[in-house]
Amino acid sequence: MNKSELEKMAVEVRKGIVASTHSAKSGHPGGSLSAADIFTYLYFEELNVDPKNPKKEDRDRFVLSKGHTAPGYYAALAHRGFFPVEDLLKLRHTGEYLQGHPDMKHTPGVDMSSGSLGQGLSVAVGMALSAKLKNMSYRTYCLCGDGEIQEGQIWEAAMFAGHRKLDNLLVIVDNNNLQIDGTVEEVCSPYPIDEKFKAFNFHVITIDGNDFEDIDSAFKEAKSVKGKPTVIIANTMKGKGISFMEGQVGWHGKAPNDEEYRIAMEELQKAGEALC
Amino acid sequence: MLEQKMVATRESYGNALVELGKEHDNLIVLDADLAAATKTGIFKKEFPDRHIDCGIAEANLAGIAAGMSTCGFVPFMSTFAMFAAGRAFEQVRNAIGYPHLNVKIGATHAGISVGEDGATHQCNEDIALMREIPGMVVINPCDDVEARAAVKAAYEYVGPVYMRFGRLALPIINDSSDYKFEIGKGVELRKGKDLTIIATGLAVSESLKAAEMLKEKGVDAQVINIHTIKPIDKDIIIAAAKATGRIYTVEEHSVIGGLGSAVMEVLSENCPTKVTRIGIKDVYGESGPAKELLHKYGLDAEGIANTILQ
Repeated sequence: MNKSELEKMAVEVRKGIVASTHSAKSGHPGGSLSAADIFTYLYFEELNVDPKNPKKEDRDRFVLSKGHTAPGYYAALAHRGFFPVEDLLKLRHTGEYLQGHPDMKHTPGVDMSSGSLGQGLSVAVGMALSAKLKNMSYRTYCLCGDGEIQEGQIWEAAMFAGHRKLDNLLVIVDNNNLQIDGTVEEVCSPYPIDEKFKAFNFHVITIDGNDFEDIDSAFKEAKSVKGKPTVIIANTMKGKGISFMEGQVGWHGKAPNDEEYRIAMEELQKAGEALC
Repeated sequence: MLEQKMVATRESYGNALVELGKEHDNLIVLDADLAAATKTGIFKKEFPDRHIDCGIAEANLAGIAAGMSTCGFVPFMSTFAMFAAGRAFEQVRNAIGYPHLNVKIGATHAGISVGEDGATHQCNEDIALMREIPGMVVINPCDDVEARAAVKAAYEYVGPVYMRFGRLALPIINDSSDYKFEIGKGVELRKGKDLTIIATGLAVSESLKAAEMLKEKGVDAQVINIHTIKPIDKDIIIAAAKATGRIYTVEEHSVIGGLGSAVMEVLSENCPTKVTRIGIKDVYGESGPAKELLHKYGLDAEGIANTILQ
């Protein structure tokens, strides 16, 4: 997809986030929206995956370590054809397959169950290591939150990935600078994130994670790096794309009510039309 | 009399991994800087490329095992019981148990028979923790033969399995040529009509010796070996309760949440019977030679027999 097509698709992904969390009356729109452009790029440009054969052995792997942003993940998967877009409205409903956090057992396209913060990167490392041992060329991608990297296990995994020179692993940190209790700086600063990953033998790229040109060049650069894993520090805006959610910590884990849903969808509709 | 051959089940674990590794290319062993102690070093020597040392990072160890299992490997993640079931509990629960991944957990140095290292390393809570996880198979073998058979059965079973091994060398009691191991099947090792001792792991051979002591006092004890705590063999437990009407459980584990609790759950729902739990009585262990500790905590044959005679 070209930049314009990606931007349009990102609007659709954002609509899916707003609609699914509104339908669920719960969920995490803020961090889903900040990462919506990354989800879109992954599923419409980057990943070698096949919705008709979601388990094919040589597919690229993706682990959503910040599993609470499942609404963004599901919206991208649905639009990519892994399951019907209308099913997004079943998010978090009893007996339905779109769980509050990703469930690999029941959701096509989900490579790993996740949600307990800090654990996904280790799993992604296991997948990347498996590719090395099997001499396979698939790549493994892992999306972490900036609050999430306060978890010690992230750094256990980073140490191992750097030590093993897993250049088939790409970590993306969604650096929206907000977590439940405030800014990540105020709560327990992980900064400087770039220096920390560098110290663990990572190649580090810092970008505007809501800009497709930046995203595109960073993902391409990551592919060319040999002998070490890469991390993209994606500086993003929590709640990106919805005026009243942008930069607001209150929208971390709150669903829009009917009125907020209406306004948000109108804004997205206009944003989509402006791109045409 | 010939001296009885003694083997620690951690040794059996290492040896069984080598045997299985020869047959199965997809078997991977992961360790956390304890290869010499968990005996996965035996595997490492044979298959250096299939032994991954994760360093002292058990949470990451569990996650890597989970990730590798989704890519077709059968990872055996190995560390001490304290760290596999304790430190990494939530990783095992959420990254291995919840998606029901094909990861095998080889947990060595369980129980107070760790000995001199003392309470911080004596895990008496792992059976309770692991059997809480939906879909987790929990196996606690009693000797070398059973431990090696358990590792093979764990490989063949598709899904998560927790295996508990010990540091202390144990006598071999399953040396008959027709020995068979089946996950979830208890084994009657001694017939008896007055009472039933249900034991697991290290406590099995001590319970057999205790039964001989009881015989001298005129008590005829049945002994049952429960190597699989989950899924537990309800039939053999209920049949024993009906036959003898008095149950003693013996385990090198807390009396809270382990074999004793599992047996009581079965009986209180199916055949209410008086049960006495012999095990670690809601306390921490301490430093000392393993055999002295087993004696002090009433888990050797003498201690078991004395509790039953009281």
